[in-house]
Amino acid sequence: MADYVLIESRDPFEYSDTGYFYEVAADLSKAGNNVTFFLVQNGVLTARKGISNSAVDKLQKAAPNVKVLADEFSLRERAIIGGKLASGVASSDVDELVDLLAVSGVKAIWH
Amino acid sequence: MTTSGEKSITIALMDPPYESGTTTTALRIMDAALRKGISVNVFAYEGAVNLTMRGQAPHPNPVKGTSIEEQDHPSTAKFIAGLFTLGADSPKLEWVNCGLCVDERGAGECIDGPRRGGPGDLFKFSQESTNTLIIGTR
Repeated sequence: MADYVLIESRDPFEYSDTGYFYEVAADLSKAGNNVTFFLVQNGVLTARKGISNSAVDKLQKAAPNVKVLADEFSLRERAIIGGKLASGVASSDVDELVDLLAVSGVKAIWH
Repeated sequence: MTTSGEKSITIALMDPPYESGTTTTALRIMDAALRKGISVNVFAYEGAVNLTMRGQAPHPNPVKGTSIEEQDHPSTAKFIAGLFTLGADSPKLEWVNCGLCVDERGAGECIDGPRRGGPGDLFKFSQESTNTLIIGTR
């Protein structure tokens, strides 16, 4: 079992290849790994409550153990504040991301 | 480079300045790491070698009607110079600009701090760091 930090900076409305990245997160988790999925920049657009066919919803249904975090700075820039954050997504920041990255052996992947 | 026992993160970056939010995020990560006492190694290649160009000029904002001084435009070079102040000793910021990429772009006149290097530096950084994050473009 390994620890993974997957950082998604793109939104699925613009980049269709984001679907593969969500699938990688789900598959890694289902294989028994610890997976943190960190949304940043336009990647946080999937964290808005009320999105139909939500990629985050699908990820959480496929792999409930994936921890989904969203960068608070990016959320604020895109007016995803207060009660507008989808359930299952926790507001986070780059301080927490650095804590996750500064652990030996953690595999970090940026998309 | 850090001594044994100290934490460090290596980041490879290829985005040019003012192109995408990725540059801002990468600089935020570097800033957060240094403020936590974690050393940072950066390998800048392709367009990212322009991030540290010395001659980057601020500009006024004609939409808001603000002057250069009022706008206080945060150039990437100015931001990175601030990171070098944070990472002057311990924690330490090391920044290598890919020499071939610099030559291609005529981007040799950079601020104090970065040095010229090559992919071997990225390999060495990654071997000696706690972790490595490769940030590609598309």
